[in-house]
Amino acid sequence: MGWISITIALPLVGALVLAVAPELSARGVRAVGMGATVLTLLTSVALLTQFDLSEPGLQLLERFTWIPAIGADVALAVDGVSLLLILLTTLLTPLILFASWSSVTDRLRGYVAAFLVLEAAVIGVFASVDLLLFYVFFEFTLIPMYLIIGIWGGTLRRYAAVKFFLYTLLGGLLMLVAILYLFGQAGTFDYEAVRALELTITEQRWLFVAFALAFAVKVPLFPVHTWLPDAHTEAPTGGSVFLAGVLLKMGTFGLLRYALPIFPDATVEFAPWLLAISVVGILYGAVVALMQADIKRLIAYSSVSHMGFVVLGTFALNATATSASVIQMVNHGLSTGALFLLIGFLYERRHTRQIAAFGGLAKQVPVMAGLWLVVSMSSLALPGLNGFVGEFPILLGTFQENRTAGVLAAFGAVLAAVYLLWAYQRIFHGPLEGADNQNTVDLKPREIGVLTPIVVLIVAIGLYPQPMFDLVEPSVDRVLTEVGVSELEVEPAATTSEEG
Amino acid sequence: MKLLAVLASGVELEVVETTSGLIGLAWLIPLVPLLGFVGVLLATRALADRAATIAMGAAALTFVLSAAVATTVILEPATYVRAMPTWIDVGGFTVTFELLIDQLTAVMLLVVTGVGLLVHVYSVGYMHGDSRYPRYFGYLNLFLASMLILVLGSNLLTLFLGWELVGLSSYLLIGFWFESRSNAAAAKKAFVTNRVGDVSFMVGMFLTFATFGTLDILDVVTDAEALASGTAFALVLLFLGGAVAKSAQIPLYVWLPDAMAGPTPVSALIHAATMVTAGVYLLVRLSPLLVVSVDAMEIIAWVGALTALFAALIAVRQDGIKEILAYSTISQLGFMFLAVGVGAFRESIFHLVTHAFFKGLLFLVAGSVMHAMANRTDIWQMGGLRKVMPVTFWTAAIGTAAIAGVPPLAGFFSKDQILTEAYFHGYGAIWIIGLVAAVLTAFYMSRWFILIFLGRPRYGEVVHPHESPPSMTVPLIVLAVLSAIGGLALNAVHTGPLYRFLEPTVGPIDQLGYEPVGPLEEAVLIPLAIVAAAVGILLAYLAYARRDVSSGRMSEPVSGVGAELMERRFFVDEAYEKVFTGAGGRVAQAMVWFDTRVIDGLVDGAGAVSVAIGRVGRRAQTGLVRSYVGVVLLGAIVLVGVLMAQVV
Repeated sequence: MGWISITIALPLVGALVLAVAPELSARGVRAVGMGATVLTLLTSVALLTQFDLSEPGLQLLERFTWIPAIGADVALAVDGVSLLLILLTTLLTPLILFASWSSVTDRLRGYVAAFLVLEAAVIGVFASVDLLLFYVFFEFTLIPMYLIIGIWGGTLRRYAAVKFFLYTLLGGLLMLVAILYLFGQAGTFDYEAVRALELTITEQRWLFVAFALAFAVKVPLFPVHTWLPDAHTEAPTGGSVFLAGVLLKMGTFGLLRYALPIFPDATVEFAPWLLAISVVGILYGAVVALMQADIKRLIAYSSVSHMGFVVLGTFALNATATSASVIQMVNHGLSTGALFLLIGFLYERRHTRQIAAFGGLAKQVPVMAGLWLVVSMSSLALPGLNGFVGEFPILLGTFQENRTAGVLAAFGAVLAAVYLLWAYQRIFHGPLEGADNQNTVDLKPREIGVLTPIVVLIVAIGLYPQPMFDLVEPSVDRVLTEVGVSELEVEPAATTSEEG
Repeated sequence: MKLLAVLASGVELEVVETTSGLIGLAWLIPLVPLLGFVGVLLATRALADRAATIAMGAAALTFVLSAAVATTVILEPATYVRAMPTWIDVGGFTVTFELLIDQLTAVMLLVVTGVGLLVHVYSVGYMHGDSRYPRYFGYLNLFLASMLILVLGSNLLTLFLGWELVGLSSYLLIGFWFESRSNAAAAKKAFVTNRVGDVSFMVGMFLTFATFGTLDILDVVTDAEALASGTAFALVLLFLGGAVAKSAQIPLYVWLPDAMAGPTPVSALIHAATMVTAGVYLLVRLSPLLVVSVDAMEIIAWVGALTALFAALIAVRQDGIKEILAYSTISQLGFMFLAVGVGAFRESIFHLVTHAFFKGLLFLVAGSVMHAMANRTDIWQMGGLRKVMPVTFWTAAIGTAAIAGVPPLAGFFSKDQILTEAYFHGYGAIWIIGLVAAVLTAFYMSRWFILIFLGRPRYGEVVHPHESPPSMTVPLIVLAVLSAIGGLALNAVHTGPLYRFLEPTVGPIDQLGYEPVGPLEEAVLIPLAIVAAAVGILLAYLAYARRDVSSGRMSEPVSGVGAELMERRFFVDEAYEKVFTGAGGRVAQAMVWFDTRVIDGLVDGAGAVSVAIGRVGRRAQTGLVRSYVGVVLLGAIVLVGVLMAQVV
């Protein structure tokens, strides 16, 4: 076994312990959860130390025979992109469990086990290099997430869980058909073999649409996004953090890993459409976020807007924008994850998420207010924090390929400031009125401890993002070479313009 | 290492790359206050009042460093470049934290850290007893660090980093007393309005990168000459879009009057002397690009002239001690834009410097008065403060005379030089608008001064005004001295020391074909400017000092529709409110309706159908997950079977 399979196995072992161990105290359950996820974090860091930055392709390949009759293997490998997303997953999962330390008491064992299984499945999604295995992991993530929303969620959890399920089911089945077709052509589910296929443009179009639809639902892209606000609102805090932080990235990851390199001609053909959809999503999500009365719904719509930036960067097919879109996946995971954590902490104190119920809290809970502001600034892409080093290169790169898209998307920056600062103003500013507000207590050391690593990363990435760029750029370049656009370097026009 | 870069029209720029000597230490200039900010904020409780000492120490240290670096530039004039680590390097887009230190930087460093230090000192007395005293000083340090990043950045993106961080500091300090809803709203309005300008600035950078393949300022200005005039026109207007927000020009000036919600020393430092001049700095920094498109420059000139006039008209009928100064600041920034637009880049920076002295002074005077008057702000409820606040009175007199353009005070030289340049460069209408705005400036500032300090007291028995403590009056005196002699010392004649010092940093205008408006010489133009100041002061004297003003705003000499419009600020805020909150809100509501009714309606409909189908099959109660997994597995098995049959 290599580091990748160990990284997937560790949370599963943890879940197994929880399943079979008799008579575990709540403390014991939490210890198993934290132990497994922290070890997973460590092995994923070990993975990073094994990784060769100069090698753009898939590395650290592990292959186990799975279903020999159809040539399906458990084949695992990582490139820079998937490694980064694995690190994001293994960082957020222990933080989620640590954050839910006191808020979840009902059926705790199941709760922790669900997250462990979910973590393993998501790492599997990012690490699979066998299409059938990828599909199994991809669909399997649904089940623990469905349970997390459906069992530990809010009052409308059943509605939200079913909606979440139906949406993703639709996309997933289409992708399965496409995968089976690809298998028919390649005779194997092996990723590199499928990637090497020479498909006709007609085949590419149909298959691209099938894959893109499955991923678009996950991202989620306008107009297949309406499951997200409901899922977020009804999910428990940990569920929201995992959903925004990691699960949505399966969609954008899938686009970059599968849709682009396997269907390069269709990608180039459909790219303008995806840019248009992304821009609509960026602006639409932001405007609808403005009008939300529930803080979780507000952040959910802001995710629609922010994930629009990621897809925009991906389909800009530009070395700068597409690499930055991967960075932006991590940035969104950190800042939106932190926002959902803060919302959860506030909810635990107040049992409401209605913005109108709050006011003047900055006086009462200065630490929470300060952290909330830092995270909001990260989310609205203030330079110096992480959001900017993703968003700006995405916009700059997109502008080089499609000026209209670059300019229109830039207006998302204004709207993000409006909805985030308006929410901040209503919750934390103004007079401290009402007994509920006056009795709200500030963050406890454990809660500050959960947020600290995220805030440190928000600042660190904002000022020194280069290690992340160095990690993903070779892998992204490889994809863009496949799509056949990587030679689109920017020519300085000062030397080419004659009129001057 | 010495390099030569050739500017447009063959001016040679001596570029010195160095990491040694004082220039090598320049990175400490923003770092020191940044560490002050972090330190103070992390240890707010433990530090308590000592936070002020730490923040002041950081401001003093960075002032000394800045002075040392500026001295180096003065003694050995050159364009220094201090290499720094990379910030972003991805796909051919590279940005470093490299510092650019030339004559323009030196001037900005001195203004920012000088006024910054004075405001830190002043705040010790002014903010004493505030419940968030340490945090206030932390924010001041953050502002200082941000502004210094702005003026030191050698790349448009690092300049933008500072640009945005000063915006954050401004947001934090305008909303410092966030318990009041209006303060919080003002903070958000400032940030959001600036974001609108930021979009323009960002698109400007996108187009710069598309054109030059870099955002490095020196590369851009040295390559600017080869640019097509259409591209240059677009670029200049895009950067202008950013500048009009930060520097509160038409149409994005509306945030600055509201920003007066912040503590008054903040208004002096951020919203008068330094941050709001960042737009002027940006345009002058890019002046070699500006000169490629004289059409775009003319637009800048008109934006500035109209703002100077419009804001001055509003200032004439305001009653708040700070509101008048806020509109005055907008108007004076208009003069600076006007100057940039007519090709008077160095005159613009000269006015930026003198304005930092006298407007910083006037705001600190306002703070001193408010401190004495139990935070009253209505100038109609003041009067007669001359006797009880002698230091504040005399420094206010100097500040008022300086901004009004009374020779030989600082504002006289800098404003006069802008107006004469407008004339000599052939902008007749703009010159006349500038003269009218100068008359108005002298009028509204004299009105401000008379109603606060002269005449009989109108504040009743409740307040007992007193002179402010030395920590506040010493900065007043320093700034008063600078307002008095700053113009004379820096640039008493048109081609004075400051003008010659800044020469290598600005775009050349000799190829723009400027022709004077008419035959008038400076010998006529200068007295004309003095007459303008005298007329304004005289009118204010007649209206407010020679008449009985005891009945408050009923004592205004003129009434009517025009006066009403000026008083109500031409209803611009109301109009914006209607468009953005009203119409914009309706659009947003329509989109929410679309989202919940149309899109989600379709989804719920589909959901209902599938649930109904489930019921028909009587499988609904067995749980969705199980049936789903079953369907998927069954489907997969069938499909795999079919495919295997094909393969085999």
